[in-house]
This record gives sequence, structure tokens and C-alpha cells, in this order.
Amino acid sequence: MIERTLADRMHVDVPLLIGLVILCSMGLVILYSASGQGTDIVWRQGIRMFAAFGVLLLAAQVPPATLARWSIGVYALGILLLVVVLLFGDVGKGAQRWLDLGFVRFQPSEMMKVVVPMVLAWLISEGGVPPRFGRVCLSCILIILPVLMIAKQPDLGTALLVACAGFSVLFVAGLSLRAIMGFAVVAGAAMPVLWHFLHDYQRQRVLMFLDPQQDPLGSGYHIIQSQIAIGSGGLYGKGWLNGTQSHLEFLPERSTDFIFAVFCEEFGLMGALLLISVYAFVIGRGLYISVKSQHTFGRLFGCGIVLTFFVYIIVNMGMVSGQVPVVGIPLPLVSHGGTSLVTLLVGFGMLMAIHTHRRFLAE
Amino acid sequence: MEKGQTKSHAGRRGFLTGTFVIASALLLWRAADLQIFSAPLLRQHGDARSVRDVAIAAHRGMIVDRNGEPLAISTPVSSVWVTPKEVPWRDARLAQLARVLEIEPAALRGAQEMRLQREFVYVKRQVTPDQAEMVSALRIPGVHLEREYKRYYPAGEIAAHVIGFTNVDDSGQEGMELAFDHWLRGEPGVKRVLKDRIGRTVQDIESIRPPAPGKLLELSIDRRLQYLAYRELKLAVAANGARGGSMVMLDPATGEVLAMAAQPSFNPNNRSGFKNEFYRNRPATDLFEPGSTLKPFTIAAALQSGRFTPATIIETGPGVMAVSNHFIRDIRDFGTIDVANVIRKSSNVGASRIALSLGPEPLWQMFRAVGFGRGTGSGFPGEATGQVQGFKHWSELELATAAFGYGISVTALQLAQAYAVIANEGVLRPVSLQKQSGRVPGQPVMPAAVAAQVRAMLETVVEPDGTGHRAAVRGYRVAGKTGTVHKAVAGGYAENRYLSLFAGFAPASAPRLVLVVMIDEPQMGEYYGGLVAAPVFARIMHSALRIFAVPPDDLPALEGRVVVAGQDASTL
Repeated sequence: MIERTLADRMHVDVPLLIGLVILCSMGLVILYSASGQGTDIVWRQGIRMFAAFGVLLLAAQVPPATLARWSIGVYALGILLLVVVLLFGDVGKGAQRWLDLGFVRFQPSEMMKVVVPMVLAWLISEGGVPPRFGRVCLSCILIILPVLMIAKQPDLGTALLVACAGFSVLFVAGLSLRAIMGFAVVAGAAMPVLWHFLHDYQRQRVLMFLDPQQDPLGSGYHIIQSQIAIGSGGLYGKGWLNGTQSHLEFLPERSTDFIFAVFCEEFGLMGALLLISVYAFVIGRGLYISVKSQHTFGRLFGCGIVLTFFVYIIVNMGMVSGQVPVVGIPLPLVSHGGTSLVTLLVGFGMLMAIHTHRRFLAE
Repeated sequence: MEKGQTKSHAGRRGFLTGTFVIASALLLWRAADLQIFSAPLLRQHGDARSVRDVAIAAHRGMIVDRNGEPLAISTPVSSVWVTPKEVPWRDARLAQLARVLEIEPAALRGAQEMRLQREFVYVKRQVTPDQAEMVSALRIPGVHLEREYKRYYPAGEIAAHVIGFTNVDDSGQEGMELAFDHWLRGEPGVKRVLKDRIGRTVQDIESIRPPAPGKLLELSIDRRLQYLAYRELKLAVAANGARGGSMVMLDPATGEVLAMAAQPSFNPNNRSGFKNEFYRNRPATDLFEPGSTLKPFTIAAALQSGRFTPATIIETGPGVMAVSNHFIRDIRDFGTIDVANVIRKSSNVGASRIALSLGPEPLWQMFRAVGFGRGTGSGFPGEATGQVQGFKHWSELELATAAFGYGISVTALQLAQAYAVIANEGVLRPVSLQKQSGRVPGQPVMPAAVAAQVRAMLETVVEPDGTGHRAAVRGYRVAGKTGTVHKAVAGGYAENRYLSLFAGFAPASAPRLVLVVMIDEPQMGEYYGGLVAAPVFARIMHSALRIFAVPPDDLPALEGRVVVAGQDASTL
């Protein structure tokens, strides 16, 4: 019998936890600066993080088998909540995303980022890999249904992430190359149709991405100011609390979506490299856990979570540095905000569960 | 697990890893691109958005009189400006702001309309400290105070013309404020500040250059004397219903202007409602024909030629003389008189005869030598140089009239400078409005003996039966010359518009003060220089001699009596 350490008994993966804690701490440090040294906002974010890590611990206790069993039920609940949001949701910043439960405001679309890969992992692992055609079709429906509902809110960023989470599970499951090509063709064909359904401001964002200087005071403003912030940081940055773009209010959304720009301005390329290294470490550890998983559900679900996390980072950093159109996606674990933090940490908790419960299954 | 699946998985793992690596590499490349290669440019962009160099007002130098009494002082004040974009225009506090600043609410709306174009609009410049305090107490966003300096002139209208004034931007506009603007101005400082998106100064980064205060300007004016002279001039102008008046007092030993005043004047501390013509410093800028006050120089030229002495006899009868179909007249027939009496009685005919016999060149040279037709060296802005036509073109009539001061134009300042030559044993000195220390080198332009002879003649003018007897000052020997000039108008001379002049100096034994008084168009019946200008001369000279504690040179024999506290001791 293997001796069980405290971490094992808590079902915690220590390297992954350390990586996550470092990311969150960096988030607090830069939030203090980005918010104009608001101790209040940092304090509140700290409490949220503390709570989110609590939820991570709870999620880690649930055996993967249980997750698989409950996944379709949770998925159904998620869809139901999305319907409720569309019908009764609170309007915040021009979009209907929030569900006010009285004690907490909550975005059902967020939980779908975890629930969709979970239900797909369950569906595919039940049928064996590679998935057969019928299951692939069913999977697509399970993905597209919530994605459309989220896009309708409208919350393009989250819809994109949910779709990514779903398709990454399909991909990892060994979807045939022909099917992938087919998806690509369909997606390409759907582009003009999607364009038609986009809101004006969303089209504007895409156009602006192509040429931000076209309207430097209007739609191009975000991108230009953000690039100035990143670039003026240089190799070593202007130093903590010394960013001018952010502190003088030139940079919009500086404590949420554009926090990476503040980070780069104050800590420079070296800081950015450090941050990216920590992310790479977390992703690497996550992939390692997934691959080591001895059951298909764990492998698929783990990869889904890690890939979503990766897309999160790439899209946010790409957007802030002007490589990707502006979509409202925060920098995971660093940006100010509660819901995505909780979702992400729940995901990582489940990842830990996959890892730590594996051994006991093997025993 | 089946083999095929494992192989497929390996491929996918490779694909995934490749995606990670490529995406990360792209991100890093972009970061490096922005942060290393574009960093200098982007940093510039960032600074261009936030870093501003702003000026810090420098303290303008003080202007003081020759005794260090302040004549112009800069005091710190605040100016109110707004950033229209930031101001909550519906706020009720704006009405309070208008009330505090004593401006129309409409003026505020004007600033509002500029909101799109400007981020800096003055609402009111130079408010009082009380107002500034109330404005900052209102705490309206977008309403700011700026530190400035306001010029204050303690002497008010007394010395307004000499000192001049500054505009609201603290730069000299008239007078010595303008002439010595660079001396007084100082160097504004520069500080680098951070401004945020809506133009608020967030932080002072560094002081690039502290403001260098302007330098002190010491005028030659004596404030006490200026006050007395101004008062006498103003009273005389009022009493004679005159259009205006000028006075200049010089120290002949240094060329310093001790007092210079003009009427009408203005209040430099509140210039609203004053016409531009009030700003003219008439003693330096206004030209007039000097008339009889020029005769001493005609006589000096005659004496210098060696062909005339004070005792040379001149026939002036019958008091009228024809030159080129024009008549030159005296006020009465003086008969046969000597050169000294030509001055004493102010005979135009006598002066003309002397000039005609002398020829134009010596006369012209004398006029030029004593400073007519050129600058006095005072450096006063807008100073006129006057005109002395080239003698080669003088007709006989022009020569004859130039002898008694017609056909050439001078300023009161030039006249005073010329009289200083006589007072000064023939030495010409540049006029200065700045206090001089040490000896001022002069230029001999007239033999000392000639100057002394003319001085003696001028003394007789102020004797009890001379034309200028009202210029006499008790206890002092005064020398001077009256002038009554027909004012030139278009096409000739006005019959009933005169300038009344008196130019002279005291004490005659060792002249310390030169004074010129000019009253423009007296309207109350009297117009002779001896009646209108001479009494003003006497009063100003009397005060000046006391202020400068000049020892009397003409005390009557006291015959052993003792004067105590104004009472005649012999009556005790």
C-alpha cells in the first residue's frame, strides 16, 4: 500500500496548485496597480480567489466516475439556466448574461465552459474512441445548442470558448481527419452567414482589428492604446505602479480584459515572459495529468479543460497585442472578475480529481 | 487500448504540441516586436499622450523710484480656467461660480460651446484671493485655478505714463514696462507634468527649469517729487481749462529724469474706460514748436560766433520787421536794446536780426548740438526726435522764424535736455530714466563762457520786471525763459490756440534742477507762458528744491534777525 500524503488525501495536485496560486497572486499584484491602487478592489478579488480555491478543493473530492455519471444531468440544468437567462436575465453592459439568484449574480454561460467538455467526454467515452458518426453528430448538437444560446445573449467570447472546449474534446477523441476537414468547410461556409448575424459593434471590432488606425478615437482606440501600453513597457517595463497608459486612464478595461497590457507596460517583456512561463507550466502539467489518465473520460475531459484554458490565454493576449479581433475574453486567473475565476478553478479541481483518484482506482 | 488508436493519439499529441508551440511563439514574437523593436516609437506615443511641459509664471521684476520706493509690484493672483469637457454644465454650482466671479452666466456658456475644440478656456483672469478661495470651495469638476502675477502700481495715475503698464499676460505694453520688458520679465520656468485623458494634471514629474524672477528696475524718478509735480500740473491744466500739459524735471549733472508727468493721465490699475490717447507720455512723444524758449540757443550761437557779446546793440524798432513779404512782430516796440535784453524782453525782431546776420549754419549747428532733431537717449518707447530741417534749404524767412522757435519741432524732454546744456556749462548729457550711479560722461557742445553768459541773461527773465517773474522762487536764483506759441494747424497758425511754456533751472548760481512746463491750449483768458506756465514752474521748482535740500543762493540779508519756527523773532 502506498503511503498517502496529506495532498493525496485532499486530492490535490501540488505542482498544479502552486502554478495556479502564482497566477492568482500575479493577478492581485497587477490589479492593485491597474485599479489605481484600490486596496478595496484587491481585497474583494482576494476573497473571491480564496472562495474559488475552496470550490476547487470541493471539486477535487468528486471521483471522475461520479462526474461522468452526473454530466448529462448537469448539462441539462445548464441548458435550462441558459433558457431562463434569455427569458428573465439581468441586462449588464448591453447584454443579457446574468442570472440574479438574490445572493449572487451568476452567468450560466460560464459553467458551460466546463459542462460541455464534460458531457462530451462522457458521451464519447461511453461509445469508445474514435467516436462513430452518430455520436459525432450528437456531440455537435450538444455543442452547438449552448453556443447559439450564448451567442444570442450576446456574448461572443464565451460562445467561442464553449465551442472550443467542445471541439477540442472531439479532436482529442480522434475525430477522423476527413470529419475535421468537413467541419472546416462548414465553418468556412458559415462565416458570411455568421457575419450577417453579428451585431454592429461586433463587426466593427473585426474591421477595426484589420486596421485600427482607421478610427483611432473610436473603435480603434482600445487596440491602439493597448499596443502603446505594451510597447512602451520595453524590455524591463516602467516598474510597478508606474504605467502611464493605465494610470492616466488612456487604457480602457484595464483591470479586466486589458490587464495584460498593464502588466506588460509595468513589467516589460521580461514580466510577460515570466507570466507566459507560468501559464505554460500550468498547461503542461494539465496535459500531463490528462494524458496519464487511465480512462477515456478523464483523458478527454482533462484535455478539453486544458485546451480551453489555452485558447483563453491565446485569444486574450492576442487581442490585447492586436493579433486577434477584440472579443471580451479576460486573461484567465489574472483579470479582475469572479465568475470565470470560479469556472476555471472548478475545471482545475476536476482535473486534480482525475489525477488523484486515478491511483486509488488502480489500487 | 488498440494499437491504431495509440498511433493516432501520438499524431494528435504531436499536432497539439505543435499548435501550442506555434501559438506561443507567435505571441512571444508579437510581444518582442512590440516591446523591443517598436518600444521607442510606442513609448513616444505614450508620452505624447500624457507628458506635457508647462510653463511656470516667473515673478516680474519690481520697478522702484530712485529711493527704492515701489512703483510697480507683481502680486500673485489666481486665474480661473475650465476644461469644458469635464464641467457638469447643468450643475447649479455654475450659477454660484458666475456670481463669485462677477461675470454673466452667458460668459460661462461661451466656454461650454468651445467644448469640442478646446481643453483650456479662461473664464476669468486675475481674480482676488477671496474669489479664488470661493471658487476652489465650490469644488466643481473641470474648474481650475492657475497661479499668475498681477501688476499693481502703487503710484496710480501719478507716474502712469513713465511706468506704463503690462497686459494680462504680464508683458509690458507701454512706458518703462515696455522698454525694459526683457529686464523685468524674468524667465518662465518649465515643469514636466503627467496629464490624464481629459487634461487634468495628475502629477508633477520634474522641474526642468525653475522660473527665474525678473530683475529690479530702479528709475531715476523721485516719487515724492513726481507726486508734487503731477499735482501742480493737474491743477494748472484744470485751472486753465487746458487740453493737456507736460512737465519734465532733469538733473543736469547726470541727465536723470527726476519727474515726468502728463495730463490727461489714466489709472494703470484699472484701465477700463480710458482712451488710447490718455496713454501717451506727452513729454516724450508730443512734438511742438518751442517758440521763444528757443531764443537762448539763437543767442548762444551768436555769442559763440564771436561777432556778438551780451552788450552788442540790436535795433528792434519799430517792433515790426518785414522778411520776404511776411511781418515779424514784437508785442511792443522795444527800441534799441542789447543782446541780453533780446532774451529778457523776448524780442522776436531782435532774435531774427541776429539770425539773419549770423546765417543759417551756426544756428543749425547750435540747435543740433544741444540735441534737437535727435533722440535724447532716454530709450523711452515711442519717443519723438522732432525735426530740424537741413539749413541749406532754409529761406530767409525760415531762418528768421527759426531764431524764435518756429519751423522746428521738439519734445518737452528735448527742451529740458537742451536747457541742461546751458545749466551745465555747455555739456550735453544723454537723458536717462534709470537711476545713474557715478559720473555720467557728457559731451561739450557749447563753450562754458557762452553758457554762463546765456545763464546770466536767463536769470534776468525771472527778475521782478522780467517776462518770467512769476517763475521766481523765494530764496533761490532762478533762470529761465517763457514761451507763448501759436499752435500750428493745417495751413498756418491758429489765432487763438496757444502753448504756454516755461523752461529753466535753479539755483542759477549752481544749477541742480532743470524744469520744463508746457500747458496745451489754456482757455481761461491767460495764455502767455509767463502767466500760465511760469507759476507752475515756480511751484514745482519750489517743492523740488526743498525735497532735494538744495541750499538757497539768494537769501535776503537778514540783518541780524533770527527766524524761529516761521515767526519773525524781531516782533518778540
